[in-house]
Amino acid sequence: MSKKYHVTTTVNGDEYEFLCEAQQTLLDILRDELMLSGTKEGCGTGDCGACTVMIDGTMVCSCLVLAVETEGSRIETIEGMAKGENLHPLQRIFLELNGLQCGICTPGILIAAKALLERNPDPTETEIRYWLAGNLCRCTGYDKIIRSVQAAAKEMRGARS
Amino acid sequence: MEGVRYAAPETLQAAVALLAGATGVARILAGGTDVIVQMETDLIEPALLVDIKKIKETRQIASENGGFRIGAAVPAMAIVTHAAFCKAWPGVVDGVKLIGSIQIKGRASIGGNLCNASPAADSVPALIAAGATARIIGPNGVRDVPVETIPLGPGKTSLAKGEIVVSFLLPPRPAHSSDAYQRFTPRTEMDIAVVGVGISLTLDDRGTCTAARVALGAVAPTVLLVKDAADALIGTRLDEAALDHLANAASAACQPIDDKRGTKEFRVKIAGVLAKRTAQQALDRARKN
Amino acid sequence: MTATILEKSGFNRDRKLKIVGTSPVKHDGIDKVTGRAKFGADLFLPGMLVGKILRSPHPHAIIRSIDTSAAERLPGVKAVVTRDDFPEIKAGTPGGDMTRNAMAREKALYDGHPVAAVAATSESIAKEAIKLIKVDYQVLPHVIDPVEAMKPGAPILHPHVRTKGIKGEDQPSNVIERLDLAMGDVEKGFAEADVIVEREYDTKPIHQGYIEPQSCVATAAEDGQIELWCCTQAPWVYRDRLMEILKIDQAKIRVTQSEMGGGFGGKTGFYGEPVAILLARKAKRPVKITLTRNEVFRATGPVSGTRSRIKMGVKKDGTITAAEAELIFQTGAFTGSMFSNAPQAMFTRYNLKNVKTVSHEVVSNRPKVNAFRAPCVPQVVFGVEGVVDELARKIGMDPIDLRLKNAATEGYKTIYGETFGPIGFVETLQAAKQCDHYKSPVPKGQGRGVAAGFWFNRGGETTGTLNIATDGSVTLILGTSDVAGSRISISMMAAEELGITVDKVRAIMADTHSLGFNRVTAGSRTTFSTGMVIVDSARKAITELCKRAAQIWGVPEEGVTFEDGFCRPASSNVGTFEPLSIAQIAAKTTPTQGAIAGHSEMNVTGAGPGFGLHIVDVAVDKETGRVDVKRYTVVEDAGKAIHPLQVEGQYQGGAVQGIGWALNEEYYYGEDGRMQNASFLDYRMPVASDVPMIGTEIVEVPNPRHPYGLRGVGEVPVVPTMAAIANAIGAAIGIRPQSLPMSPPKLLKLMDDARAKNDGYRSC
Repeated sequence: MSKKYHVTTTVNGDEYEFLCEAQQTLLDILRDELMLSGTKEGCGTGDCGACTVMIDGTMVCSCLVLAVETEGSRIETIEGMAKGENLHPLQRIFLELNGLQCGICTPGILIAAKALLERNPDPTETEIRYWLAGNLCRCTGYDKIIRSVQAAAKEMRGARS
Repeated sequence: MEGVRYAAPETLQAAVALLAGATGVARILAGGTDVIVQMETDLIEPALLVDIKKIKETRQIASENGGFRIGAAVPAMAIVTHAAFCKAWPGVVDGVKLIGSIQIKGRASIGGNLCNASPAADSVPALIAAGATARIIGPNGVRDVPVETIPLGPGKTSLAKGEIVVSFLLPPRPAHSSDAYQRFTPRTEMDIAVVGVGISLTLDDRGTCTAARVALGAVAPTVLLVKDAADALIGTRLDEAALDHLANAASAACQPIDDKRGTKEFRVKIAGVLAKRTAQQALDRARKN
Repeated sequence: MTATILEKSGFNRDRKLKIVGTSPVKHDGIDKVTGRAKFGADLFLPGMLVGKILRSPHPHAIIRSIDTSAAERLPGVKAVVTRDDFPEIKAGTPGGDMTRNAMAREKALYDGHPVAAVAATSESIAKEAIKLIKVDYQVLPHVIDPVEAMKPGAPILHPHVRTKGIKGEDQPSNVIERLDLAMGDVEKGFAEADVIVEREYDTKPIHQGYIEPQSCVATAAEDGQIELWCCTQAPWVYRDRLMEILKIDQAKIRVTQSEMGGGFGGKTGFYGEPVAILLARKAKRPVKITLTRNEVFRATGPVSGTRSRIKMGVKKDGTITAAEAELIFQTGAFTGSMFSNAPQAMFTRYNLKNVKTVSHEVVSNRPKVNAFRAPCVPQVVFGVEGVVDELARKIGMDPIDLRLKNAATEGYKTIYGETFGPIGFVETLQAAKQCDHYKSPVPKGQGRGVAAGFWFNRGGETTGTLNIATDGSVTLILGTSDVAGSRISISMMAAEELGITVDKVRAIMADTHSLGFNRVTAGSRTTFSTGMVIVDSARKAITELCKRAAQIWGVPEEGVTFEDGFCRPASSNVGTFEPLSIAQIAAKTTPTQGAIAGHSEMNVTGAGPGFGLHIVDVAVDKETGRVDVKRYTVVEDAGKAIHPLQVEGQYQGGAVQGIGWALNEEYYYGEDGRMQNASFLDYRMPVASDVPMIGTEIVEVPNPRHPYGLRGVGEVPVVPTMAAIANAIGAAIGIRPQSLPMSPPKLLKLMDDARAKNDGYRSC
């Protein structure tokens, strides 16, 4: 049996404990151990962003983080984005403006868009495109994704003032 | 089956001991954005991963004697959002920004970008043009070396077994100095550089270039520090003729390959085109300082 | 299965629609924005094992022997499968090809060809077991390029192949088929032309690029029942093919489709599924096989690359008099490119009488191609629309005006024998001429290009059910996969028929036990065909509702009509009765008389062809060859946009796929016959910062053979894209490229060669 490591970490506010091999990634563990399959694997090499999560407030590809590195971390995934029955404005607006088609890239894009708007509540179209350059989408051509982020940003700015 | 072992030492000495004493393949784990990809694609099968992110010397950005010391394992995002560093070294920051996506930059480090020794690494040309030095710790103690002495060829460095790059020192900036880094890629983002050019220069009070360093990436087995290209700028006001000399020197220095990212012919041409554009950008920035 | 359409489709241009034509939130969306939606890799069963496939590292090799003993002994390995576990099926038959693509038998035919597989208790054990399998290969010379594969002396992939379509062909060949398709007299046509243009073009294979790699979970019971969960565009087709190659009764295989993370045609044929089933049988535990991105690139179907020679002639007044094409399509290691689409569709939007085409399908040592949007057509339209543009320039005519002059209209008899009903090509072209993009001046330093496209759109075998619950809400059981929001569009049509709100309707995608055969979800047929079937089901349910209302009122059945969600007396003669809602009738009569439902099986016909015209503005960096797409507008006829936001999304997605195809996507092979760029890093699909917003103009020329007038929209958006961009580049730099992708090194070389030759501009 290969050596296993015991890790305690927090995901979406809940504490989790698990065993993992050293080479298993956070993505592997989220999906196969913790049964949080909302985070998707598109490539396994950090080129598509479908596995995007937040670790300690930083946006990362979970396929490029070893599970064993997340001891004591605070992780946020798509499953934590809605609060109870209340969708995050980004989630709601993506639905209203058809910012998704097949939906496989959507969790990664929502996490990334949320991270952007928390840093920059009024991004330009160019800023949104470059921030999301690490999230591949093959269905939408990105148009309605960008428009959804712009609309959500506008609503969230209005809500704050 | 043994499987990979993982260690996260908290001191440099402990890390050095682990690496020096490793019996199988060992790798340093900083951001992991190269090492984990190589493991996933079966290019490497390490027996030991030494995570250096708990070692504070590798994770700090601080001023030092008018310059900056950046830990080798500082994530790229921390570098590109450091206001003072961005002001002093916009070219180095240009390079760091291009290492990869926001997600990649959340983890990737310039130590890893250098020691992975890809000829196309984006942060390296500007770092070399800046005259940065690297602090290395190993079984035989500490040494400081110019960054350009570390990569030896694709995937190879001059580091001995047990050695770790701890941090980088960028020197203080004279007045009227700045730098720039530009690269050519087919897409706007997410690509490996087909050609990369880093230029750092200093002007005197009348706008004449008194010092310059020109480094080319992705056109040879390692980043090239091209003295002829720098000489083309020194003593000039970077007029059209000087920039043409620069472009010719840059193209002449290339030893490129044909691969899925570009042909030899293309790289030689683009090196010249980019050298001019990068020099112009460094000049515009330097004039403002 | 007889061919039927709704006897009276009920299409009425003046009907006031309440729901169709709006854009409600799609019901399956909420699970997708919260991460709950279950895609192929999202099923986890107790005891599930990880399956991994061993793949040939050689592009062409005889497999002499396979020794799995060391792998079988590794603790944690529960099953190992090789070609010996697949039933023997003769090579050269459809089943023979299918089984050999699933797992090699005599030979490995491409780098990545499956050779063996294991199922183990963890991924790391499965990976290690794969390494322990010893395969004895006799490496053979390989051939990658199809033109090389056609030459005498080229390594032959299939010794049994004799080229179809060539009389008396006796030698083994890599040319699977030659197809001649012609009409009229091209000699005469060219003789009448004032200007003739003839050009050669080539395109590279690309990949569909779906973000979700193929994934499946197979469970096998002791009595032979198989449960297969997978992401697929064709559950019934998978079931039938599995039945054929694994020799299992259809009724013993249940294929359940997951949500699918992109298909675009690439998930119409299976890969790991038969292997997972065989592993599950041996291991007596469920087995999941998920492909890595590297495996997706090396071993799943790319899109055909092509060579073409295209010649067209035009009179000074703009009438195109003749068109001729010679085409070569590569199909990878096995036949299946659907190349006959190309000669049928490539010129079919123009009113041509004289057309002659010769097409070849060629195998080589690469993975077998699979469908993409409009299989084999965009590649050749890349050339056709370049020639059309050149003809326009040479006679001094506006490019859209030339297309208008020759636009096919209702009554045109196509080369494949069908006569067009009402179509919208003229309207699409006119809308393009009037749109803001075309009317605005070309910004300084940029080039503008236009190109037109056509796709047949399909019907096909489709089934579906509509169930009315006792509270009057409605569930739909659909046979086609939801590739881009068809569930909501079909729910909207059901709601419109029944006069209820769309919120009262919910749809599921059925498994293969729950409905009769459904043809593959492809050909832009889904919203059209499944919509047709659900409308038919709704009307049958309405007939039953009226019957029940009649019984409640004690009147004859003919005395009841249905309008706006209510059963009403047909006239005052019938009597005075309060209208009854669907909910009231269901609540009252279901407990005693049974459920109210409608059900339909059809071989749907009457699909309306689709047409598009794309307008692109590009800027080209003349020192580096880098292309920047500045502005893009898709003008396309949707017949009727059931859900306009969805239709826009299809247009935009197709355009951006075309941008990738045009500028940067291709497979790189080394001398060793191995793919060198099997990752998203070096297989360069557009990222968000590479493209602008994509403008859309939805034209609506209804298809009267559908109750709502709709036409498929999924494929036309990709057809003219590369041609439009190439035409724009031509306008920007003075040379219209003839080779895809139009990557920076190639464009720079084009420009430099032209400058060196001092050709001036407009070498084309």
